[in-house]
Amino acid sequence: MSDASFFLEVLVGGLLAGVMYSLVAIGFVLVYKTSGVLNFAQGSMVLLSALTFVSLLERGIPFWASLLLTLGVMVLLGIAIERVVLRPLVNRPPIVLFMATLGLAYILEGGAQLVWDTEVHGLSLGIDDTPFRVAGVNVSSFDLVAAAIAGGMVLLLTAFFRFTHTGLAFRAAADDQFAALAVGLRLPRIWAAVWIASGIVALITGLLWGARLGVQFSLSQVVLKALPVLMLGGFDSITGAIVGGLLIGAFEKLSEVYVGPYFGGGIESWFAYVIALLFLLVRPSGLFGQKLIERV
Amino acid sequence: MQLDGISLAFGGVRAITHVNLEIGRGEIRAIIGPNGAGKSSIINVISGIYRPEEGKVWIDGKAYNRVPSERLARLGIARTFQNLALFPGLTVLENVALGLSAQLRAGVVEQLLGLGLAGREKNKATAQSLEILDFLGLSDLRNRSIDTLSYGFQKRVELARALVGHPKILLLDEPMAGMTAADKQDMVRLVRAARDEFGTTVVLIEHDLGVVMGISDRIAVFDQGRKIADGSPSEVRNDQSVIDAYIGVVHEDEEEVAHV
Repeated sequence: MSDASFFLEVLVGGLLAGVMYSLVAIGFVLVYKTSGVLNFAQGSMVLLSALTFVSLLERGIPFWASLLLTLGVMVLLGIAIERVVLRPLVNRPPIVLFMATLGLAYILEGGAQLVWDTEVHGLSLGIDDTPFRVAGVNVSSFDLVAAAIAGGMVLLLTAFFRFTHTGLAFRAAADDQFAALAVGLRLPRIWAAVWIASGIVALITGLLWGARLGVQFSLSQVVLKALPVLMLGGFDSITGAIVGGLLIGAFEKLSEVYVGPYFGGGIESWFAYVIALLFLLVRPSGLFGQKLIERV
Repeated sequence: MQLDGISLAFGGVRAITHVNLEIGRGEIRAIIGPNGAGKSSIINVISGIYRPEEGKVWIDGKAYNRVPSERLARLGIARTFQNLALFPGLTVLENVALGLSAQLRAGVVEQLLGLGLAGREKNKATAQSLEILDFLGLSDLRNRSIDTLSYGFQKRVELARALVGHPKILLLDEPMAGMTAADKQDMVRLVRAARDEFGTTVVLIEHDLGVVMGISDRIAVFDQGRKIADGSPSEVRNDQSVIDAYIGVVHEDEEEVAHV
């Protein structure tokens, strides 16, 4: 295999892995963009949804029924989080809300494993994961489906935030809560809707990651993969989440192959953070993030 | 609209005592008074932020003990704030369009597809927003974000957002506060033009007596939570209790403003 086609092979592999990171990052961006809070519980929601789905499936419930039921669970969860966690904390500083999502993360993780179990479950979505060759590069239809789903979500969410009045209202609610109340926006509804949406994103993420890694506790750790993506792309940009994901994925794989040998290999798991941290020095708000202007 | 025997207290401090105020349709009604006279409390009672201990607010023939602030926009009441309540990160056009939020009905899916009702609503909302920007001379700034605008223009954007839904009643809480003399003149002209164009009833809280004299149909003067005079600008100007309680301090206040 020539050097160029090997490079291409690694690059494509990295980009496709990056799509999977983007999926997690999008969930974060949704909540951050509309309430200015880093939702630490996103990973637990991924675990909860995947575990719920696979457990229903194993109890003999058909695929689509399981999917609908899990969707229902995530919708109820979104409403419950707004009622029980967010509403009492209205007007508190973002750090308080962040701590609340941290607590929520543990409750969801514990709860999910209490209701279901802590076994590792295999999950098949019926999408072929054996590689085939396109123009000399190995890809699997699973990766392509994941990429298509991520792309579709990005398009849908971008259109929502940019072209609909409701999307505008969501951005407004994040920008200034007092002004939002002044023009009659119903904040509780908006927050519930955002958490439902991030729950649905978590479900999609959970199914794809679950099919890849198996459904197990470590699924909640995929949040850690999203952090460098967010630092690179910006915490409040949907476009940033996808671009950041692709960049991190590509960097990770390329550095593992080309730089890794100098360190004795195995740098894939932490090299993304190095890149993200270096990047923070240059552009603290990420590639697409809104610049913060603090007034004194 | 009418206020009927409104009293309001915070703890033991009486903010307003037995205030009656009648506001005619299409009228520019000023409420003036020195600091702490209860002017802002009155606006906040009308917009439902405070619940009065006694009395009722009549809006369009309906009496309210507390005006439902969450339904204010649907009652046809819009307001501006003494300290601006804009969305600093959004553009001028977006800020103004948000003033129509309470009037839009289409669901999210329809909006995404731009079909039927959603499409019509969107076109109407955009047209109405552009029209009001044009009316207030803000067209050129429509894509600027709020935090890049001067204070005077920010006040103007807030007025545009309040007017975009063609409210029946417009509550302005010190719209000229902190403005330069030229900006004040513009604001006076715009408020009057808005009333003439849309037939909006305007309730105007002001500190600056000079501004109010020129623009108002009727002026109510407050001091220490009580209404001490009410009438046309010339009547109020010649009222001895007003001169005693208020006019004397105006000069001082204005100087303060000028020095800030």
